[in-house]
Amino acid sequence: MYPRPFEYHRASSLAEAIALLAQLGAEAKVIAGGQSLIPLMKLRFASPAHLVDLNFIPKLEYVEQRDGALRLGPLTRHSQIESSETASRIPIVHDCAAGIADVQVRSQGTIAGSLAEADPSGDWAPVLIVLDAQVHCVGAKGERTVPVREFLLDAYTTALSHEELIRDISLKIPGRGSGGAYIASKRCPQVYASASAAVQLNMSGDVCESASIALGAMGLTAIRPTEAEAALTGKPLNETTMKQAADAAMAATEPQPDMRGSAEYKRTLVGALLREAISVAARRARGETVAVSHHYA
Amino acid sequence: MPEAKRIPIRTKVNGKEHVLEVEPRTLLVELLREHLDLTGTHIGCDTSFCGACTVLLNGAPVKSCTLFAFQADQAEIMTVEGLEREGKLHPVQQAFAEHHGLQCGYCTPGMLLSALHLLRQKRNPSEVDVRKAIAGNCCRCTGYQNIFKAIHAAAESMRETASHGD
Repeated sequence: MYPRPFEYHRASSLAEAIALLAQLGAEAKVIAGGQSLIPLMKLRFASPAHLVDLNFIPKLEYVEQRDGALRLGPLTRHSQIESSETASRIPIVHDCAAGIADVQVRSQGTIAGSLAEADPSGDWAPVLIVLDAQVHCVGAKGERTVPVREFLLDAYTTALSHEELIRDISLKIPGRGSGGAYIASKRCPQVYASASAAVQLNMSGDVCESASIALGAMGLTAIRPTEAEAALTGKPLNETTMKQAADAAMAATEPQPDMRGSAEYKRTLVGALLREAISVAARRARGETVAVSHHYA
Repeated sequence: MPEAKRIPIRTKVNGKEHVLEVEPRTLLVELLREHLDLTGTHIGCDTSFCGACTVLLNGAPVKSCTLFAFQADQAEIMTVEGLEREGKLHPVQQAFAEHHGLQCGYCTPGMLLSALHLLRQKRNPSEVDVRKAIAGNCCRCTGYQNIFKAIHAAAESMRETASHGD
């Protein structure tokens, strides 16, 4: 299958890419890893007249720890995050990077590309939401920082204007007593999640001091079920409080029925994933090393 | 629509340098099969699902049906044709042959390169490592069991010969 013809433009800096987007107008799109864009173009769901290639812009692939924050370059491939020791100090980040699609897609796909695509079932959104990540954007009018929760506006829609790009994603590294986990259920590795749950807990002994929860594939964007967070906050973690949190989370969802399952199926699924993620997050908060895997069925 | 302006691509495929001019929409798999006549790389699903088109780009497995040729500019590519050396099968190929890691063979070129990438990273992979490594490669014949056996056997053979899988 061949995409429609397009003109190719190689950007050597973000400033040049932004200038090209301004000059070429709405018919231009940017390409990074292309792992979503290329299939869309081959199926001719997308037929941009111009592609602005970001892949040859230097110094945009990095995983760095600076001033207590993790900084991720926009062109950083999922596989680089998966194998990064720095990123692995935040287990939920590793859960996410290592579980995206398959090896081949992870070696090309980029974190900023995934976030900017804003697929309702994308893996990064729920994880970056619970970590309260900041999206640093740059455009013709200068730079601005947008919290990830305000960055994701709707399905496939972000706060980015046409002439604006992500230049960095940063998040505060969780401290001692904090633990997180991200678990998704996918029909097979190659497809988007049917449901996913991201959790970051601050624990003091058996008591949950604060909880951050986000769910993927449960609405038009990743959702943050605040009642589920409230059900855990200030409470000891046990079967009762975990069930209360899962019930509150399920009530907050509006999953779309599709070929991956009915709304009821997805809601039940996300409740189970959330309970598993809470219990892994709590163990990690206590300093245990716990490996998790997505569920494939 | 008139044909878009062609773009130059410089790439090293299986150790051999190539300089070409291609249409921007040329996919890497098309560059390999149609322009360089390297038809060992197969197109299966053509939608980034099956992994039959897997090649190594600067050592990392990619689906060549889901990559524009320009993304391989200035890069090194290895295809299934690059595995055999002087008429001798690569240990991974030899293990697939000995352990019946294929039936129809359509997925094999991609499977071999995903396996090689794994064995370059992990000389003694676990069962989970093997399964994760080929999660992006579909086989519709074997049921995978013999592929797992073949990859473990290849790992053993490469450890014995101290081969790094070059």
